Amino acid sequence: MALVAVTPAALDIQGLTQEVSRSREGDGAVASFIGLVRDHNQGRRVSFLDYEAYEPLAVRALTRITDEVIQAWPDTRIGVHHRTGRIEIGDSSVIIVAVSPHRANAFAACRYTIERIKQIVPIWKHEHFVGGDVWLEGATADPDDESARQAAYRIACA
Amino acid sequence: MRVTVRLFARLRDLAGSGELVRDVQTPATVQSVWKALVAEMPALGEYERTMSVAVNADYSRMSASVSEGDEVAFLPPVSGG
Repeated sequence: MALVAVTPAALDIQGLTQEVSRSREGDGAVASFIGLVRDHNQGRRVSFLDYEAYEPLAVRALTRITDEVIQAWPDTRIGVHHRTGRIEIGDSSVIIVAVSPHRANAFAACRYTIERIKQIVPIWKHEHFVGGDVWLEGATADPDDESARQAAYRIACA
Repeated sequence: MRVTVRLFARLRDLAGSGELVRDVQTPATVQSVWKALVAEMPALGEYERTMSVAVNADYSRMSASVSEGDEVAFLPPVSGG
């Protein structure tokens, strides 16, 4: 299983956890994050989300984020999978697993990764709600924006 | 010369297609490809200040030069996660 993936298939948190955490006797902590499709957003009743990705660049951006994680927390290993296509309420859209000798770095790596995903990974939510649909637009992606990267780091370490 | 333009999310909806092949004047930049596209489809212009751009699936800048056969992508603000 690849540590970084953008896929239309259902996400496998157990498989990714095994992939990231196997065979390191120095490990002391595994932290994971699962992003779910929520049934409401900004006062709207959400029916489902349809995720679109610019896949080759999304994989590159995710790989850049995992490289940043290893730079910031060198004793940590990280895996991240993002799903695309139609995802139903309650199903997972993104999974992140971080493994480290100590819990603080595992938690921080997980949080940093999801914050950075929202900043620089070319994936878009098309929200279908009761009464219509709308493309959600968050951050203007700029991987070289150092202030955004530092903001993600501060949130991760808060 | 010929380039492939990729559009995503609402930009794709506005253009009615996610992939367009266009002949552009040389020398070309991402900026000149964008300008030609907006001249053809003015509705796209609202994204000029908020979008990101990529050349051959790597983040780039409006000033970057574009070569024959390149894939130039225009990306609305992202909303993954």
